[in-house]
Amino acid sequence: MSTARKQAGAELLEQLGKSGYGKPPLGCMQCGLCAATCPLGSAMEFPPRNLLLQAASGNLDKLLESPSLWMCVACYACSKRCPRGIELTESLWPALRDAAMQRGIQPPAELQETFQNVLKYGNVLGKSPRARLDWTKSLDVRVLDLSREPRPVDVLWLVGCYPSYYPRNQVVARAFARILTQLGVAWGILGTKEKAVGECDRMFGEEGLFETLVEDNRKLFDKYDFGKLVVLDPHAYRALQNFYPRFGAWYPAQHYTTFLAEYMEQLRPLMVKPVETVVTYHDNCCVGRRCGCYDPPRELLGLISGVKLVEMAHNRDDSLCCGGGGGGMWLDAHIVAHGGQRLSDQRVREAADSGADTLAVSCPYELSRFEDAAKVTGLEGRVKVRDIIELLAEAMDLGERSVA
Amino acid sequence: MNIAVVVRQVPDLIEPLEIAPSGTEFDFGSASFLLNESDDHALEQALLLKEAHGGHVTVVALDFGDVDNTLYTAAAKGADRIVKIARDDAPPPPRAAAVLYAEAIKPIAPELVLVGVQAHDELDGGVAPFLAAALGMPYVGVIRGVAVGAEPGAVAAFKEFPGAVMARMNVKLPAVLGILGADQPPRYVPVSRIRGAMKTTQFEESAAAAVSSEPLTAIARLYPPAAGSRAEMLSGSETEIASRIVDILAQKGLVK
Amino acid sequence: MAKDVLVLAEVYRDALADVTWELLAAGRTIASATGGQVLALVLGPNGAAHAPALGAADRIMVVDDPRLADYAPGPYVAALQEVTAAEQPRAVLLGATSIGWDVAPLLAARINAPLVTGCKEIQPEGEALRVATSFCGGKMMAEVRVDGAPAICMVLPGSFRPADAAGQAKIEPRKLPSPLEPGAVRFDGWVLPEAGDVDITQQDVLVSVGRGIQQKDNLELAENLAGALGGAVCASRPVIDQGWLPATRQVGKSGMTVKPKFYLALGISGAPEHQEGMKGADLIIAVNTDPQAPIFDIAHYGAEVDVLDLLPALTEAIEAKRG
Repeated sequence: MSTARKQAGAELLEQLGKSGYGKPPLGCMQCGLCAATCPLGSAMEFPPRNLLLQAASGNLDKLLESPSLWMCVACYACSKRCPRGIELTESLWPALRDAAMQRGIQPPAELQETFQNVLKYGNVLGKSPRARLDWTKSLDVRVLDLSREPRPVDVLWLVGCYPSYYPRNQVVARAFARILTQLGVAWGILGTKEKAVGECDRMFGEEGLFETLVEDNRKLFDKYDFGKLVVLDPHAYRALQNFYPRFGAWYPAQHYTTFLAEYMEQLRPLMVKPVETVVTYHDNCCVGRRCGCYDPPRELLGLISGVKLVEMAHNRDDSLCCGGGGGGMWLDAHIVAHGGQRLSDQRVREAADSGADTLAVSCPYELSRFEDAAKVTGLEGRVKVRDIIELLAEAMDLGERSVA
Repeated sequence: MNIAVVVRQVPDLIEPLEIAPSGTEFDFGSASFLLNESDDHALEQALLLKEAHGGHVTVVALDFGDVDNTLYTAAAKGADRIVKIARDDAPPPPRAAAVLYAEAIKPIAPELVLVGVQAHDELDGGVAPFLAAALGMPYVGVIRGVAVGAEPGAVAAFKEFPGAVMARMNVKLPAVLGILGADQPPRYVPVSRIRGAMKTTQFEESAAAAVSSEPLTAIARLYPPAAGSRAEMLSGSETEIASRIVDILAQKGLVK
Repeated sequence: MAKDVLVLAEVYRDALADVTWELLAAGRTIASATGGQVLALVLGPNGAAHAPALGAADRIMVVDDPRLADYAPGPYVAALQEVTAAEQPRAVLLGATSIGWDVAPLLAARINAPLVTGCKEIQPEGEALRVATSFCGGKMMAEVRVDGAPAICMVLPGSFRPADAAGQAKIEPRKLPSPLEPGAVRFDGWVLPEAGDVDITQQDVLVSVGRGIQQKDNLELAENLAGALGGAVCASRPVIDQGWLPATRQVGKSGMTVKPKFYLALGISGAPEHQEGMKGADLIIAVNTDPQAPIFDIAHYGAEVDVLDLLPALTEAIEAKRG
């Protein structure tokens, strides 16, 4: 191996150490736990262990050209298992993807379009920013749009791209608005000015796009007087908690499950309608495996009378990923084309095996991913996919007829 | 090969365009602009030719809308020079605009000029053929792919015809080509590179030539297309719509 | 004042372009207002062979010259310019075709004549013409007044009711200006699509997908539906440009013209270039989340839902019906 190459590898890894996204990947002892635990590792040309080895050796050419570079779905299993505590998910993968794009290697076309949508319109779906409030049209509670009526609020709710635009997720957004109002929370949103937080862009190595979003969002957030940010998207939560502070943009932020869990006592008497169902909860990877927050969502479900909670074979730390993180939401075709499987299909089967008739989720990606998976696996009638918010709203008699 | 590429800003149609009270022009107050799609392909084709055969690419644009973003993106993708034509007003109609582009392009002395064959906001012809006329160069348009052929001083341009058929046109240089599509979809360039280009790229300013503003045609009225014969809309849930469609197909004997 | 209307009867691979009879009809409307004649111009050797189909014209001019055997912009424009100069028509009508997009603006530039593209209606108004033209991807119309002559109009195929072929007009041979400067752009052969793929022009049922399909793997949903309906999947330009389907599956101006019994347009906005290739279908149902999408103007039925939600439901409903 040439010295120059070795040096390139060392430089890359050293840069990673300085990026502040996690412990530098220098202490790897090649134990292979990361590759063994990776749900797509067996389909990858360069599974995590080999990825680290090749990167450290400076063998970047083949690595950066490989389709397996675009197969990580950011489930954090490798980072969680690493006995040396090396942060692969948030540090190594994005850095290598960034390096590939800097060399002019083209990411899969679906991703390019998503990036361009975010850059142009501030949302992953490529919808008009002016339509961002469309989800409120049929809403029966007052929505405070801070961009039109700036007022101090306790909670600045970042609605998110899917809940703002995607019909299935709009139902959840409306239910959350009703719950916040019922709880007497002083809340507001950013209306048509809201932009994507940018987690998926950064995890996918589009560091420049992410920086642009951080700058824009920072300017925007700083205009308003709020107590904390609350998000429906666990990815956005992770970005606000861990990525934004790298740019000096520090804002108190909560995922809605932890936020609502603080209102347990207020919620309890509001549960007026039993919801007779056997529920299993899918731990999302960001709030779950990455942040170790497993109880609040289950406690919220436990408030609802009639709900019987069961666990899937893989849960909490061992939860199986839906396959939508780190850009995976747009990459099913790429992953399947290179020998990977749709992780959501596997997870829905597991939900059915648990004996549950409802698969409860707490991430906007998961509703459509699991509903599609239920159709594909023929489990559509057996397992109903619902956000925790929808179940709470039904128990509080605040629900609307779900489109599902 | 020395290649010049013209790029234009067009209104983004993601929102309906608004008509000004005069009724003869658009109110661009709340509109946003983006790079004309076929110009994006023209740039890509130029970059592909440069990468395969050497040379350099000069991008020429009128100063309008969000053109700076477009130009920095072009620089980040690999354009060597950026020439911006200074102007205060919105771009004139294609024929007058072609004269402006021609004046800026002449000093570059390109062998090949690539321009998108059409922009959706033009209604009196494309800039590309008028530019060819203004430069005194030959022209062929509706081109989807350009190759450097066996003949020296010429390129092979693939002109699209109906039925997925192409005519291979031998084009002697210098020439102007109206590009419909490049050999590959326009490349993605990471935003960090665009941000880098913002710091390092110098635009060359070109003074606008004086153009006759005497148009040969005049817009009497702008209006949205008639909604007279619109489709009968099916409403309800997906399942309800699906079953209505099945009924319609069954009536016509298309599903038995 | 000029009274006649000159129509370019374009020949593409030995046949007259479909738009020709629309041009003749439009020409008649303009010419008859002032007692003018409709002149058809055919370029190329064997041009006279097309005369019987051009009965709607009053006069047929043929430039039978080997230099026009294949399309090249130079000789085409030279011939048009020659005939225009001789006949002094008030309007020259061409189709918005691959050839029209070259020669109409080149001629306009050469003789400094006004040019209007995307014409859907043309009405004489005194000495001027009033033209309704479609632009902005079919989302906007402009009424344009053209004073100068000849007005060069590029007509969007599908805008006028085609004229009858019946009638008999005399053939008048014309000549290319000679000597003609050697053209810098020369035809060098056809590149035909690779055979072997489904021929979408022969299908009774087409499930057509556009941008709304979002991702390549969603094509599978469309394939499933096409399977249930016994048809094939085709697409609009953006899907082809992505390389998700071969060019032989493209419907529209630069792709195939299809006339199936049933055309289902999924997530296709319906720009004029697309409409051109499919408006002749017996039954058109369009699905798009944008209620303003121009596709709803020509569809018989429409639904404002996400195609990805409708596709599985529709496949299932059809399978259920078939039992």
